[in-house]
Amino acid sequence: MKKITRRSILTAAPAAITFIALPARAEKQYGPGVTDTEIKIGNTVPYSGPASSYGTIGKAEAAYFRMLNDQGGVNGRKINFISYDDAYSPPKTVEQVRKLVEEDGVLLMLAPLGTPTNSAIQRYLNQKKVPQLFVATGATKWNDPKHFPWTMGWQPNYQSEGHVYAAYIIEHQPSGKIGVLYQNDDFGKDYLRGLRDGLGEKAKSMLVVEAPYETTDPTVDSQIISMKSAGADVFVNTGIPKFAAQAIRKTAEIDWKPLHILSSVGNSVGAALKPAGLENAKDIVSDFYIKDPTDPQWKNDPGYQQWAAFMDKYYPEGDKTDAGNVVGPSFCQTLVQVLKQCGDNLTRENIMKEAANLHDFTVPMLLPGIKINTSPTDFAPIKQIQMARFDGERWKLFGPVLSGEISG
Amino acid sequence: MTGPPRDTVAFAGASPRTLVIAKPSTRHLLIAAMLVMALVIPFVLKSFFVFQLTLVMVYGLAILGLNLLTGFNGQFSLGHSAFYGIGAYTAAILMEQLDLAYYWTLPCAGAVCFLVGFLFGLPALRLQGLYLALATFALATAMPQILKFQPLEPLTGGVQGIVIMKPDPPPGVPLNADQWLYFFTLAVLLVMFAGATSLVKSRTGRAIMAIRDHPIAAATMGINTALYKTLTFGVSALYTGVAGALGAIAIQFVAPDSFTFLLSVSLLVGLVVGGVGSIPGSLFGGVFVLFVPNIAERVSTGLAGAIYGVILLLVIYVMPSGAAGFVRFAAARLEAKGKPR
Repeated sequence: MKKITRRSILTAAPAAITFIALPARAEKQYGPGVTDTEIKIGNTVPYSGPASSYGTIGKAEAAYFRMLNDQGGVNGRKINFISYDDAYSPPKTVEQVRKLVEEDGVLLMLAPLGTPTNSAIQRYLNQKKVPQLFVATGATKWNDPKHFPWTMGWQPNYQSEGHVYAAYIIEHQPSGKIGVLYQNDDFGKDYLRGLRDGLGEKAKSMLVVEAPYETTDPTVDSQIISMKSAGADVFVNTGIPKFAAQAIRKTAEIDWKPLHILSSVGNSVGAALKPAGLENAKDIVSDFYIKDPTDPQWKNDPGYQQWAAFMDKYYPEGDKTDAGNVVGPSFCQTLVQVLKQCGDNLTRENIMKEAANLHDFTVPMLLPGIKINTSPTDFAPIKQIQMARFDGERWKLFGPVLSGEISG
Repeated sequence: MTGPPRDTVAFAGASPRTLVIAKPSTRHLLIAAMLVMALVIPFVLKSFFVFQLTLVMVYGLAILGLNLLTGFNGQFSLGHSAFYGIGAYTAAILMEQLDLAYYWTLPCAGAVCFLVGFLFGLPALRLQGLYLALATFALATAMPQILKFQPLEPLTGGVQGIVIMKPDPPPGVPLNADQWLYFFTLAVLLVMFAGATSLVKSRTGRAIMAIRDHPIAAATMGINTALYKTLTFGVSALYTGVAGALGAIAIQFVAPDSFTFLLSVSLLVGLVVGGVGSIPGSLFGGVFVLFVPNIAERVSTGLAGAIYGVILLLVIYVMPSGAAGFVRFAAARLEAKGKPR
């Protein structure tokens, strides 16, 4: 397929629009919430309740659109970003989203946060044909254009991470015996499924221990011991930070030295590795797709500097070590690209069409080389990640950018 | 009896009696006016608002359930989110697995919750006041985890929850889905409220309140306190369970995260704000639970929680005996003014 850059899109946009909107050449087509000067965009984030630490994502998004509007908006239209609190409670999400769609009349939903909350609104939005773009959750089910043509994910999903781990293991320890620690729910099983699919034929012989844990478990010690005693020499640790940390610590305690792969969910230095003991975490391998704002290697990176300048000016109270503040603006930048591609044809149908028409697009805070690609049959924008090894202090990226897409 | 229930007695003591004494004509007129309004609203307002009002009725019904237990029987519960959740899941599972029509799920949800409530009421008999609050709190914290429990997953859908279809109006009825659901909920609500009113006014109701006011005296008068207390627990759970089933149908989705302890607290807030021991007050509680967080958020997104707190404090300060108490007070004031001195 032809490569398209931002500039070429801008020049080609009018031509493209003629193709899309056949009779209405150069005529403006607007969906709900769009005028000549404004585009209304809806969002839900937990500003209160148990998951309120994610609230900063919504604030960073609002700040980003403030900056964008100061710079003139998109194609001359300002973004009116309406973000409501759903307290991470699915019934509240349904209520707020209905308010956004029916009362505020937004064009689309951008990055509603959470797996249960997005599940609650998915059917409604698809029935109403309102784009549910770039949902802020890594579950695999958002990439299902056949059944849910109005819903699209954004971040690499857990299943494709599992694929990458499988590829890494096959390359580095082809005859390894794998033990997997996973959370006993969709999120954990997504990883397991990805790993198993990635291993293919070899899954039967290589996967020796599949050890689930419940979020209610006090520790995962017994799971770790069972892996060691089963003779596993590869450990895929997909726990949330609390359990990831316990597992790292226990592995060191019982002097088990497998090839330790830690999923992106548990790879926060502050939340998982420090509690586990940094020395215990040495040589663990993990994966990343965005630039870690605490990593000094990005200090002189233009993308980072641009982001830091934005944070200083528009969201000074925001925590610059919080990855949520990196992800939020990145959602916005992806949407802005979609809006630019849409030109003056801002109908909901065209939004989805252009959202499924992103080619090798990138945003400043994605790791170099990671590209956003979508197509009418591929609603998983980011599929690539890069591996990193922990050197006892921080994560060091290594190797090429890997794709989680394993065809066939 | 220990401390807290006595407070509720103070709030609620006069309620049913004064309500009976208050001018029946004005009261009936008011109810009729409200009914007419309730019938007209869905044709005038946007369907989103109609949906919100449906939720108000759902929460109002759930609060009524809690009110029967706390307001009329003096037993505390922080576990009503669990009954609400059981009702919601019963409806969702019956619709999803057995393809049962949505209206049949309500009696089923009610029956299941009555049974669970009754059984839970048995050990609760030994507990009073704060201790009962703690025991029911345990139920509320356990519920989301039970719903996620692995062996139950084929039934409950685990963390994913269950998505259900919104009921369409019966063929030939010129209403949209939101309006239909509104009227359906309204009908259920009226039946349930009428049931609660006649229960409270009956011999049984007097026994229930006698237990609240003075358990020993009630027992001396020959009231089987144990039986009445457990039955009240069951009926209370039934009301909240039916509300849960209606809520599930309106939201079209159930997940364990929808029925956390926070929901119990919301119901309790609605109960106190609406008026402990007032049946119509429960509906006001529903209004508060649904709309005040939205108002708070409109004022400031960042401080929504704090503003909600301030509003709550103001409401409690202005209306110490809840909305129902406030209305009674205002009515009494007006009446006193109208009379010649």
